[in-house]
Amino acid sequence: MLSIDTIAVFYKELQAIWDVSLDVNDGEIVALVGPNGAGKTTILRVISGLIQPSAGKISFQGQNISHVPPHKIVELGLSQVPESGKIFTGMSVLENLELGAYVARARKDRSASLARVFEIFPRLAERRNQLAGTLSGGERQMLAIGRALMSEPRLLMLDEPSFGLAPILVEHMFETIRKINQQGLTILLVEQNVQASLELAHRAYLLENGRIVGEGKGKELLSFESVRSAYLA
Amino acid sequence: MFEGLSQNLVFGILVGSLYGLAAMGLSMIFGVTKLLNVAHGELIMFGGYACFWAFSLLDIDPFLTIPLAMLALFLIGAVLYSLIFSRTIKLPDESKVKNSLLVAFGLSVILQNLALRFWTADERGVTPAYYQTSFTALEVRFPLVRLASFAVALIFLIALRLFLKNTYTGKAIRATVQNWEAASLMGIDIHKVYLLSFSIGAALAGVAGTLVVTNYSIQPAMGLGWTMKALIVMVLGGLGSIPGTFIGGLILGVTESATSFFINSNYREVAGLILFVLVLIFRPQGLFGTKES
Repeated sequence: MLSIDTIAVFYKELQAIWDVSLDVNDGEIVALVGPNGAGKTTILRVISGLIQPSAGKISFQGQNISHVPPHKIVELGLSQVPESGKIFTGMSVLENLELGAYVARARKDRSASLARVFEIFPRLAERRNQLAGTLSGGERQMLAIGRALMSEPRLLMLDEPSFGLAPILVEHMFETIRKINQQGLTILLVEQNVQASLELAHRAYLLENGRIVGEGKGKELLSFESVRSAYLA
Repeated sequence: MFEGLSQNLVFGILVGSLYGLAAMGLSMIFGVTKLLNVAHGELIMFGGYACFWAFSLLDIDPFLTIPLAMLALFLIGAVLYSLIFSRTIKLPDESKVKNSLLVAFGLSVILQNLALRFWTADERGVTPAYYQTSFTALEVRFPLVRLASFAVALIFLIALRLFLKNTYTGKAIRATVQNWEAASLMGIDIHKVYLLSFSIGAALAGVAGTLVVTNYSIQPAMGLGWTMKALIVMVLGGLGSIPGTFIGGLILGVTESATSFFINSNYREVAGLILFVLVLIFRPQGLFGTKES
């Protein structure tokens, strides 16, 4: 579904990503894990079109999207929940969700999508008229995911959905991601929480210093000695 | 004394609504694009000439020329943005403000000279048949033209607010202001949002221009004075609040007329500038603005 072929990314003269290739197949949960600063967020930003790769190719459902602007990528069905949610704090919960369904493809189904999001996150329904800035950390993350679901994506990218959440909420969040995936949505998950995401993911890639250093089935990777010593010690 | 004072207050408010409208366009453009368009006064002037032309050549009532002036300035705004400002918008925030300031300053000189060529340096005004009509209530005189201008300004304030609050496009504009990156991840084409906001700001300048030419008169060098007023009002009202901008206009209008009443009308502009400096020192986010989070 999504295929990244040996991309390189620079911030000005500084190279952040070297020869990264990865694939996400239909229906999968793929995790991209690695330490802080490895370039995980950069990869998601490149896929979403917020920055341009200087080499390599990204294709989504057979179409080359390496140089397609971000709003068109959303229209194609590839949505991202950015790091720390980035919800519109000055707008109500409902307005945030409406904006999620901004693209023409999603706008016509927005009442059905809204009902579905409220079913997944009943808390958002309770707070629909509240200003998003008044939500708690967990609720903000729910809103960010709900907002992305409103665009009816075929592939959802999540950047650190567990960041800053209490352990009980993290568990709940991962459970929700599994549920959304079982309903047929393909997921690319970026996480620092290696244990939880490797347990959740079908396949995973290990990223270090801008390069892929390992890849495998999620639970397999979890048993690798190098992964265990590096991340789970 | 008392009638004089209340008459003065009423005039201050009526004039102030015009200042508020003049600033709304500037504030819209700056709020969304972070471009400081100091050629805003020239856009107001063009709106005024559009009204003058329609009135003197086609004999259209000045208030009915508003849609015409709006459309003309909307298009001029779109062209100016596409040709010029779309190039400065890609810069980082701080140099964006500086560069847009320089570019817009140059643009204002060009627009002034264009106006000189098209309409000469003569002062122009429009005088409809009801120009002298006024009502009196509680011994205060309300000239019809000023009252109608106040109503127009109020209507556009409400319309702009409803547009930003309730339409999908308005929400997209607000989302872009809050976080352009998140907005583009929603599928919003932020460059289209910038283009549209700039054009709407210019269209509002067009409306303000028709009111200026109907209430006062216009000439090619008028732009800077109106840019200054709009700037003062924008800072006074604070960014991000359209009603705040309008109230800022009223405050400037009343301050000016109170200054002419109590001190001397020569000092009215000075009073506005003093107000400007005081707000910058004591409440830099403006009276109704919110601090950037």
